[in-house]
Amino acid sequence: MSLYYVQKFLFELNRSEELQARYREDRSAVLDPYELTEEERAALIEPDIGLLFHFGVNGQILMHFAALHKIEWSDYLQAMRDGVERHGPVREGVYAVTGYEGVDAHSAELGQAPAPPGAAAERAGGQ
Amino acid sequence: MALVFAGVASHAPGITGRSDRADPEVRDRFYAAYHEMAAAMRRTEPDALIVVAAEHFANFFMNNMPSFAIGMADFYDGPIEDPEWLGIDRVRVPGDRDLSRRLIERVMHHSDVSYAEEWKFDHGIMVPLHFLTPDYDLPVVPANINCQGPPLTPLHRAWTFGESLRAAADAVPERIALVGTGGISHWPATPDSGKINERWDREFLDRWTRNDRSALLDYDDGAIYRDAGQGGFEIRTFVAVSGAAGGATGTVHFYAPIPIFAVGCTIATYDLAGPGGAQGPVGGQRTAGEVGS
Ligand SMILES: [Fe+2]
Repeated sequence: MSLYYVQKFLFELNRSEELQARYREDRSAVLDPYELTEEERAALIEPDIGLLFHFGVNGQILMHFAALHKIEWSDYLQAMRDGVERHGPVREGVYAVTGYEGVDAHSAELGQAPAPPGAAAERAGGQ
Repeated sequence: MALVFAGVASHAPGITGRSDRADPEVRDRFYAAYHEMAAAMRRTEPDALIVVAAEHFANFFMNNMPSFAIGMADFYDGPIEDPEWLGIDRVRVPGDRDLSRRLIERVMHHSDVSYAEEWKFDHGIMVPLHFLTPDYDLPVVPANINCQGPPLTPLHRAWTFGESLRAAADAVPERIALVGTGGISHWPATPDSGKINERWDREFLDRWTRNDRSALLDYDDGAIYRDAGQGGFEIRTFVAVSGAAGGATGTVHFYAPIPIFAVGCTIATYDLAGPGGAQGPVGGQRTAGEVGS
């Protein structure tokens, strides 16, 4: 588990068009300099946005990685929700501070109504 | 010469990148308030604009994360994001290396600050500039508070950073405008994107306009995360502006949650000409600075 290096790779990828070009050519090779577990490598190669969010990758880094893969904004948000559903609460990092039980549970905690059907599309526009 | 303008304004990529998906009526009132803030700032005839931002891993990362940083360059390029995604063209924003250096030296009397001779602006600065200086004709001095990668600087240090900026602005011959940009409550780029805690925001803005130091510092990050999301950590930028405003009180010109922008959109300013505003930070700090220099 090396969230730091997962995020470091994504941080560098986001900043460098040259690294993006090399990533497009050979996704596996560009990961070699980073201390990653097999699970992390696989998630970065696929890419598995939901699993990366479950690892604890910061959304401010992850959203640009999703955009690089032409993943539409609503699909990006849904992939994170699915990731938490499939793999459980975020493991590490800023979102693991209080755990994460899902969007509606969180709304209830804040005293807000759960999102009605269709609200995901509304939410999807924001950042 | 002096700090001539102090305010806060929201940033979020959706504000410019997804403008077509917002309710046009609310959106246009928000844009109008942003433009009025720009006009109010211009009326104070500033020579430079300090933007206190909370950047999102564009320049600073956990390998060497500064709690506070100030840019020291003659130009800054941005946005670092895809211009089409953000809805803002890539430009070169003017800076003022010499002014930055003099400000930084002064800030260092009270706050430990990193300086950066290279800085790529992300949406956190580009969105405010898009409204405040759309022609990019005012030199910008970027300042950053780490609000993204914990451990984060405590709120009282953000306040002191604001006081330090004020002392520095008052010490240089130029007329300085100061704009802080951040949350308030929001959950950017997460499954909760679009969620806004309006009640929490209004309570925070009440404390901000009263410029009530103890109330503004009376938050802990656990509670902020629970009630206001990780985007709420960005109140550090608002608190810094409060610290810079001394005893001035403020006005909220616009507040409305716009879920499609994923933030409670806010425009607020301090009345520096009013009671307390012209005095600068209260307490012994500035005196100590005079002695120290
Ligand atoms: Fe932000």
